[in-house]
Amino acid sequence: MRFGERRVFNGVDVDLGAGGFLLVTGANGSGKTTLLRVLARLTAPSGGELELPERHAIGYLGHEPHVYRELSPLENLDLFGRLYRVPERRERVGMLLERFGLWDVRRERVGSFSRGMQQRLGLCRVLLHEPRLLVLDEPYNALDAAGGELLDGLLAEPGPARIVATHEPRRVERLALDRLVLA
Amino acid sequence: MTYAADVAALARKDLLLELRAKETLPAMLLFVLSTLTVFHFALPRGAGGLAALGLLWVAIVFTALLGLTRAFVAEREQGLLDALVLAPCDRSAIWLGKAVAVLAFLVAAELVALPAFAAFFAPVGARTIVAVVLADVGIATVGTLLGAMAVAGRARELLLPLLFLPLAIPIVVGGVGASAGGGSRYLAFLALYDAVFAVLSWASFEYVVAEA
Amino acid sequence: MDHVTRRLSENRGVASATAAVALLAASIGLIFFYAPDDTDQGFSQRIFYFHVPLALTSYVCFAWGAWKALRVLWKGDDEADLESYVAIHQGVIFGALTLVTGSLWARASWGVWWSWSEDQLVLFLVLFLFYCAYFMLRFSVEPGRARANMCAVYALFGVVLIPISFLAIRLSRKFIHPVVFTSHGPQMAGSQFLTFCVSLAGMIMLFVVLYHVELAGKRIDAHLRDLRELLA
Repeated sequence: MRFGERRVFNGVDVDLGAGGFLLVTGANGSGKTTLLRVLARLTAPSGGELELPERHAIGYLGHEPHVYRELSPLENLDLFGRLYRVPERRERVGMLLERFGLWDVRRERVGSFSRGMQQRLGLCRVLLHEPRLLVLDEPYNALDAAGGELLDGLLAEPGPARIVATHEPRRVERLALDRLVLA
Repeated sequence: MTYAADVAALARKDLLLELRAKETLPAMLLFVLSTLTVFHFALPRGAGGLAALGLLWVAIVFTALLGLTRAFVAEREQGLLDALVLAPCDRSAIWLGKAVAVLAFLVAAELVALPAFAAFFAPVGARTIVAVVLADVGIATVGTLLGAMAVAGRARELLLPLLFLPLAIPIVVGGVGASAGGGSRYLAFLALYDAVFAVLSWASFEYVVAEA
Repeated sequence: MDHVTRRLSENRGVASATAAVALLAASIGLIFFYAPDDTDQGFSQRIFYFHVPLALTSYVCFAWGAWKALRVLWKGDDEADLESYVAIHQGVIFGALTLVTGSLWARASWGVWWSWSEDQLVLFLVLFLFYCAYFMLRFSVEPGRARANMCAVYALFGVVLIPISFLAIRLSRKFIHPVVFTSHGPQMAGSQFLTFCVSLAGMIMLFVVLYHVELAGKRIDAHLRDLRELLA
């Protein structure tokens, strides 16, 4: 994969079935983010073949939680729920907010949240449309302890195929079925 | 039907964002008033209403630039385009929703600019008002697309004026011509500009924000 | 067979370069020795034989760039991005020359370095600004598919801007500036027309040659880069 003159990574083969769990590790700058973006249909690969689910069946969480700071969690999830055509939007939004401990603050401005809470909202957003493939780029980075536990729980339960990049693999190692190390 | 709903949801989002942040619109209003004031001092004695009219259009274009530079700030800072682009909705809905919101801001700015101009310099006729509305549509459509482009690069605030100004020249010609009594062909020209560039922007926005 | 095709393409390159040199030499000869003096402007009118072909060649460059841009968007053709860029690059160079010769012409004809009443010139200024911004855009974004797409969209906007700006400038002339004479009409004497055509052909040939040369150069750079990485 290259951007103009800069080759980011080369010769990566990924094969992930339904329910699979791929752990991507590597030092900073090894191209984890780029790889994940390619796998989330956000960046076009410069070569090779790609077979991915439809873009709306993918849930991507990058280094930012991708939520609007001036809106409330409810407004954010309502907007994304509409755009992603989520059925029974209200119920689903409520269920996710509750699960991630954001129900009480659902009407407050996201900008006033801690980084950990924003990241939790990001997780809600990513799960909102029940994607078949979850692509999470360093999800533990911004999470607080409680959030980390919630994410552990989420990753442990069966569900969509998932690709998680982290530079602290110890946490999810036992769950991962596959591992890819980028040099 | 869902396309319209998407556009409405997105436009509502943009208007809400501005309502809460209260950054861009007040800045635009203040900017337009300050600019008109500067123009008073910049015009030589006896310059006449026509020269002032030209400056009105300069003020409109540069105030618009101020607003456009802020248009995609939220999306850029929080990486939101990644989330929006993966949605099943048509990507052009993002453009249209944003353009509608930008148009609303421009109209709001003009609601201050035109009366101020009428008070400072010369009365403003119906032709001028129609021209301003048509021009705002053109600015909103083209500017929103260019704003998305500028935001993807490194030199954002520098880049947008450079991309936008050449495209704004026809708007200024149409606007000045119409407001200075040049006949309805200038209004027709503005309408043509709007139609052509709206279609072009609508069709090409997808390629500006999404890669894969 | 491979070396045969290579020979053929080399020969084609040489052939077009020869043609360009021949045409340009011929046109210079015609411009200075064959074409008659203009009744209004005298000798200095000959700049017209450079200026207008340069302008038309620029249009050809931008149109070609836009065509390649369309291929980038429509077919996802990555090669076309480079081709579009090179064409627009050439277009800006020819455009700059157009502006310079236009300015010289204005100086020679009316004693001023710039004339707002020359539609062609003003249109070129607007386009020149527009396409210079193309380069600012290009160098501000990371290379890759995203950049290719954005530049392609911008190039298409440029091509649409050409007629719209032209209309705008026509409209503004009637209104803002008094109408001044234009010294070149469609009626040219036979000898003038011949000179003009040869010059135009020469310029276009020059564009073709430069286009291929620059394209080849950039492609070789890319190959070198690939090879270096394979070896590394």
